Amino acid sequence: MAESKHDAIERSVFLLIVLSLLTISVGGIVEIVPQFFQKSTTTAIDDKGAALDVKPYDPLRLAGRYIYIRECCYNCHSQMIRPFRAETQRYGAFSVAGEFIYDHPFQWGSKRTGPDLARVGGRYSDNWHRQHLLDPRSVVAESNMPAFTWLDRPFDKAIINMPDIKTQMEAMNLVIRPKDSQGNVITPYSPGDIEKAPDALKGKTELDALIAYLQGLGTARLIAQ
Amino acid sequence: MQSQTTYNYKVVRQFAIMTVVWGIVGMLVGVIVAAQLIWPQLNLHEILQYGRLRPLHTNAVIFAFGGCALFATSLYSVQRTCHTPLFAPGLATFVFWGWQLIILLAAVSLPLGLTTGKEYAELEWPIDILIAVVWVSYAIVFFGTLAIRKVSHIYVSNWFYAAFIIAVAILHITNSAEIPVSLFKSYSVYAGVQDAMVQWWYGHNAVGFFLTAGFLGMMYYFVPKQADRPVYSYRLSVVHFWALIFTYMWAGPHHLHYTALPDWAQSVGMLFSLILLAPSWGGMINGIMTLSGAWHKLRTDPILKFLVTSLSFYGMSTFEGPMMSVKSVNALSHYTDWTIGHVHSGALGWVAMISIGAIYFLLPRLYGKTEMYSTKLINTHFWIATIGIVLYVASMWISGVMEGLMWRQTNPDGTLAYAFIDAVKAKYPFYVIRLIGGTLFLTGMLVMFYNMLKTIVGEKAYDAPVVAPVAAHA
Repeated sequence: MAESKHDAIERSVFLLIVLSLLTISVGGIVEIVPQFFQKSTTTAIDDKGAALDVKPYDPLRLAGRYIYIRECCYNCHSQMIRPFRAETQRYGAFSVAGEFIYDHPFQWGSKRTGPDLARVGGRYSDNWHRQHLLDPRSVVAESNMPAFTWLDRPFDKAIINMPDIKTQMEAMNLVIRPKDSQGNVITPYSPGDIEKAPDALKGKTELDALIAYLQGLGTARLIAQ
Repeated sequence: MQSQTTYNYKVVRQFAIMTVVWGIVGMLVGVIVAAQLIWPQLNLHEILQYGRLRPLHTNAVIFAFGGCALFATSLYSVQRTCHTPLFAPGLATFVFWGWQLIILLAAVSLPLGLTTGKEYAELEWPIDILIAVVWVSYAIVFFGTLAIRKVSHIYVSNWFYAAFIIAVAILHITNSAEIPVSLFKSYSVYAGVQDAMVQWWYGHNAVGFFLTAGFLGMMYYFVPKQADRPVYSYRLSVVHFWALIFTYMWAGPHHLHYTALPDWAQSVGMLFSLILLAPSWGGMINGIMTLSGAWHKLRTDPILKFLVTSLSFYGMSTFEGPMMSVKSVNALSHYTDWTIGHVHSGALGWVAMISIGAIYFLLPRLYGKTEMYSTKLINTHFWIATIGIVLYVASMWISGVMEGLMWRQTNPDGTLAYAFIDAVKAKYPFYVIRLIGGTLFLTGMLVMFYNMLKTIVGEKAYDAPVVAPVAAHA
């Protein structure tokens, strides 16, 4: 009898724990594990299998990405263009998995209080971004974006300073990394890249880095749909 | 038939009081961020910037308010249903103080911009480790108490709390895999699509287990208690328990429809999200039907009103969720305020209302009384809260559908009809209505706080003697 079998579970903490554990494990294993082995999700290719020009973030853009995450821009801006005509018209070519192989963490977002930023790179000038970030309503009168007035400062003047850029790059060499077309795991930064990194940040402000990051977004896949 | 030993109510009292306190704090931050979306000038300082405060709001209401409610109710009902005091009471004390420390660290670190950048998992790695330690301690206390129970049968509320505790441990540890780069900063080991899949498997099941299975455990104890009726269907509880915990874990990809996540995963996620309607409604029906023969109590008992209304919102949200997981519906709803409306019909309507009902049930009993200071004020709270939710959810539905339609509207020549900012402009009136709704809900919590103070200040803490199980139980 099925019911008497279930009665045994209701009288054993051990059975309750083990069977619950097994029951909840299935979905995640089936959905997550294959993502690490599909070519489309681990290599720099587009939906047709053509190679994309995706490079690891250079030190200034990596620092800019740190600022983007610190200010939680993902709360209001997505970085994921869906394959609809209205979206590709507004934002550019739809996003593909291969574009995000160096994104730790991903910043696709879940809400568009502001517009999508997946292909904002090159769309506006650096000066436009500077003006818009420091005083959004001077550029777009009805905008409800916060004015990020504090960003115009050197990296060592934050309340809590950004971790050493070299350590950040070393971490990117330790995470689960993408593969090249031959299936070999890529090491994003050479010892030389890491050694030179602090020079790239010299004299730069948090704002400079954030703008550099924004200007690089989506540029690996420029073809219009 | 009563023994000398008493239940351990101390940790329950602490968590119950902090539920109300953190509810007020979390919802106040919610009201502030809602106002910032209307008046961006309110981003007065970098630590008060919307982007940094919004995670504080979500973490405070989910993990501080919701978490304390789950700890209070689970640690109460597990003792009562097992007819034994808590296992490892010292560890239970550690769970309380550890969790409060986590909340304080979150309240300091998030405004400082210390974040992993993953939604609902923003806290940085040292706090993640602390969460894991506290959670394992909680599991030891909970399962230890189950192990030393004086009755053979494990009551249904405990199954749900058990699954919630196990699932949250797995979700938290898997999603928090990160490489530290300093004491305050780490980077996810996963990249891009993998990170998105892990994150929304976590994020959806934070909803499914933290905000659903745990609260169903609460429902299965407090609804029958307050209604003084047995659970409607034992068989239904068995079936929907296993179906719910199995199915929820598959539904995460519906947060990633039409994204770069492989199509097969999106389709599987949508399929299981649709199936999820059945076990969800199983719980809703089982809860509401428990009132069979006791419906008249709704007229006079505002605590029961909270509990039953919460089940109604649970039913509505778990219908809306599967509907929004349909890809063609999601194409419209995703990225819009509709999602925010959906979340709050669940968070305010289901999670907050059932917690409020359960805490109103608990507070007097933890001080040796049978009633709150004022039943009338509970009723006032109920109506303020309900009107607040309706304003909140309806305004976000309208604003979400409106902006979704505006984004895709084209002119006859195929060009886009609206600039992005046109939709932003059109939403301001609805943001004001949302702010009013949220403020009303917060006001209700302040009424609760007053009622709580009047009930417990100057009263002696009370630990009820352990009730010996009746023979039929064993």
